[in-house]
Amino acid sequence: MKIRIKFRKWGVMKFIGHLDMMRYFQKAMRRAHIDICYSEGFSPHQIMSFAAPLGVGITSDGEYLDIEVNASESSEASMKALNATMVDGVMVTSYVRLPDDAKTAMSIVAAADYRLSYKEGYESPYTTSQWKEIVQKHFTEQPKFLIVKKTKKSEREVDLKPLVYQFFVEGDENAPQFHISVSTGSVDNIKPELVLSSVYEKCGLVYEDAAIQIHREEVYARDENGALIPLCDMGEIIY
Amino acid sequence: MRKLALTDEILMQIEKPARYIGNELNSVVKDTSQIRFAMCFPDVYEIGMSHLGIQILYDMFNKREDTWCERVYSPWPDLHKIMKEQNIPLFGLESQEPIKTFDFIGITLQYEMCYTNVLQLLDLAQIPLLAKDRSDGDPIVMGGGPCSYNPEPIAPFFDCFYIGEGEIQFDAFLTLYKRMRAEGRSRAEFLHEAAKIEGIYVPSLYEVTYKENGTIDAFLPIYDDIPAKIKKQVEMDMTGTVYPEKPVVPFIKATQDRIVLEIQRGCIRGCRFCQAGMIYRPNREKGVERLKELAKKMIDSTGHEEISLSSLSSSDYSELEELINFLMEECEKRKINISLPSLRIDAFSLDIMQKVQDIKKSSLTFAPEAGSQRLRNVINKGLTIEDILGGAKQAFVGGWNKVKLYFMLGLPTETEEDMRAIPELANEIAALYYETVPKEQRNGKCQITISTSFFVPKPFTPFQWATMLDPGDYLGRAKIVNDHVKEQLNHKSIRYNWHEADVTVLEGVLARGDRKVADAILYVYEHGGFFDAWHEYFNFELWQEAFEACGIDMDFYTKRERTEDEIFPWDFIDCGVTKEFLLREWRTAHTETVTPNCRMRCAGCGAREFEGGVCFEDKN
Repeated sequence: MKIRIKFRKWGVMKFIGHLDMMRYFQKAMRRAHIDICYSEGFSPHQIMSFAAPLGVGITSDGEYLDIEVNASESSEASMKALNATMVDGVMVTSYVRLPDDAKTAMSIVAAADYRLSYKEGYESPYTTSQWKEIVQKHFTEQPKFLIVKKTKKSEREVDLKPLVYQFFVEGDENAPQFHISVSTGSVDNIKPELVLSSVYEKCGLVYEDAAIQIHREEVYARDENGALIPLCDMGEIIY
Repeated sequence: MRKLALTDEILMQIEKPARYIGNELNSVVKDTSQIRFAMCFPDVYEIGMSHLGIQILYDMFNKREDTWCERVYSPWPDLHKIMKEQNIPLFGLESQEPIKTFDFIGITLQYEMCYTNVLQLLDLAQIPLLAKDRSDGDPIVMGGGPCSYNPEPIAPFFDCFYIGEGEIQFDAFLTLYKRMRAEGRSRAEFLHEAAKIEGIYVPSLYEVTYKENGTIDAFLPIYDDIPAKIKKQVEMDMTGTVYPEKPVVPFIKATQDRIVLEIQRGCIRGCRFCQAGMIYRPNREKGVERLKELAKKMIDSTGHEEISLSSLSSSDYSELEELINFLMEECEKRKINISLPSLRIDAFSLDIMQKVQDIKKSSLTFAPEAGSQRLRNVINKGLTIEDILGGAKQAFVGGWNKVKLYFMLGLPTETEEDMRAIPELANEIAALYYETVPKEQRNGKCQITISTSFFVPKPFTPFQWATMLDPGDYLGRAKIVNDHVKEQLNHKSIRYNWHEADVTVLEGVLARGDRKVADAILYVYEHGGFFDAWHEYFNFELWQEAFEACGIDMDFYTKRERTEDEIFPWDFIDCGVTKEFLLREWRTAHTETVTPNCRMRCAGCGAREFEGGVCFEDKN
């Protein structure tokens, strides 16, 4: 039986990297007595995969992992068992059964929503209203938004417009928050800080990684009609 | 959630920020507490988190309502630099608060090469490095662990040491502290009273005088009410004593990323080079039913995917078969790997290994420690050539083709013949493989790996009188072995690794050093040396410079012949095993005679005075 688990990650847990989160959940499965499936061999490992690795320093309300189980308690009981053994800064918020032929989250991730805000001790160079105008003028109203994307191997020019699904600013005048939805996954993986730092550049500002807290809000796949749906909506609650 | 001691900016620019954030599963957070204790391991997080002793004490301290024990590990050089530059005080992982405000800083001393890291901890904590410079507002700095069986080289840095196993005296110690603090007594008054608790050593209350030749003339307390001898503390109820049922589970992979089940303390074997085998006497077993209960509880509380047994010689645990059968059944159910300690190779252990390991990947381990039977008799390592070849043959039939062999070079009385016996033994094992396993059944060549380390004489062993060599001479011995490996018929099946010699010599100085050596340790730290246990940071030239600058002759500690009546810096400690016994063993070693193990015949080492363990098995 395939299960998709959604969890939140906040506070100091943002410093725990992706591979260590996997190890963390492997141990948590055993503590919570989840009847997870194992591979064969002398060192059996759990059948588990994460949707999209989260970088160190980023917090999230929409992390996903898929597991296979031999049998499962109800969603409610399973979440309760897992949450009873979580550390401060990790909480399971959804546990659903996927169709048997479901593809892994990792292979179908298409988009993610992010919220970027200024950390304590850092100030925004502009007010929220000013940022709204800047984003409108430099991004939303432009037919193209060309940036140079650097990879290990090459540099290439990319138009961000079709890969950024939403980009707007909200919040108190002196505490702007940038909401950025980007294409995610193996084909066009766009990092939200790339979008914001490119806007900074257009304004002649220097983007400082340390000033911005990135928070992932949700991760999506496309349904058969091409619409984006949250990964957890692809399964059913077990009663 | 607590505010971290380090900013996001710092945490994002250093390696493995998870080392410094605390918050691990089963870590203990209290609102506040009357007694604040920082339990430090002077090495990096991944090493320190693998240490069982700290987990035991952490659990024991935190069971006390009035005490909050937190963990501290050495910040890696990247963070060290930032903390120095920005004047950030070292903090406890749990509270993230500066440990300079704590009542106690306890530092475990597991190996000599961590001594400069002790100074790093104190320096980053912003506490005076020398005990004599500390005042009433500073924490009490306390040492413990195996190296505290000769605390003298680091004595000036510590206010006190705890000699022996932590389970015994901490209640009395902390209760005394609380009472005296409430009475408004000074640091000096507390240390004076603490020194009267059995097992507590306060260096400042003892005076050492030296003879003209540099050896100790007298080592005496400076007050009449302070004991002249410090008695090692021993937990005699291994089954009933505290054990962490919920050990802290790190987020990042620690060196020991598994459940550790301590099955016994001590060892019945009496190898003459082995300090642990002497200082942890008498051998005491934990009851098998308690171990089963602990295993189940720890699997549930940690979720670890592996469990291993801890002891000096697991094959000597009397109920090993029952324990392993239980673990195999339990672990099969929960899909947990069993990591076997190095067991004596026999039919039973091979059968177990076949069940829990992938034979193709795993290897057999033998630790003959010396190549020839003569030298094995000298060191009292009972393993015979028949044991090794018999075990290897059974293993080859069972499908193994990898063998690891561990030896020491530079043992007392070692001759070139003993050195040459090492490759010859490896060759014999390789030949046995080709003889035993028909060509069509072979899974490639057999692979014999020889590793040699250089022997370092340790306090409280029969070899504490032994002399050491120069680094060049050690490497010369390794070369003899290496050259002779190449002369073996089966040399293509044999690989040889040897250790560094510089570290060996330094370890030798620190292991059997006296108070004078402390100056050199301080010099090295003040000139930028630390993390000496890490190859990439160890700087032997700096150490040589330090000894020179402090007027200390390393040869005095390493190459000098010690007379039988010399007063050693550690002689003020009563570790149960008597100096008479050690001397008797030192002499017996030279007659190339084996002393039977504790179960075969009592050798009268002195540990019987603890009134339990192997000394009294089958005698109630």
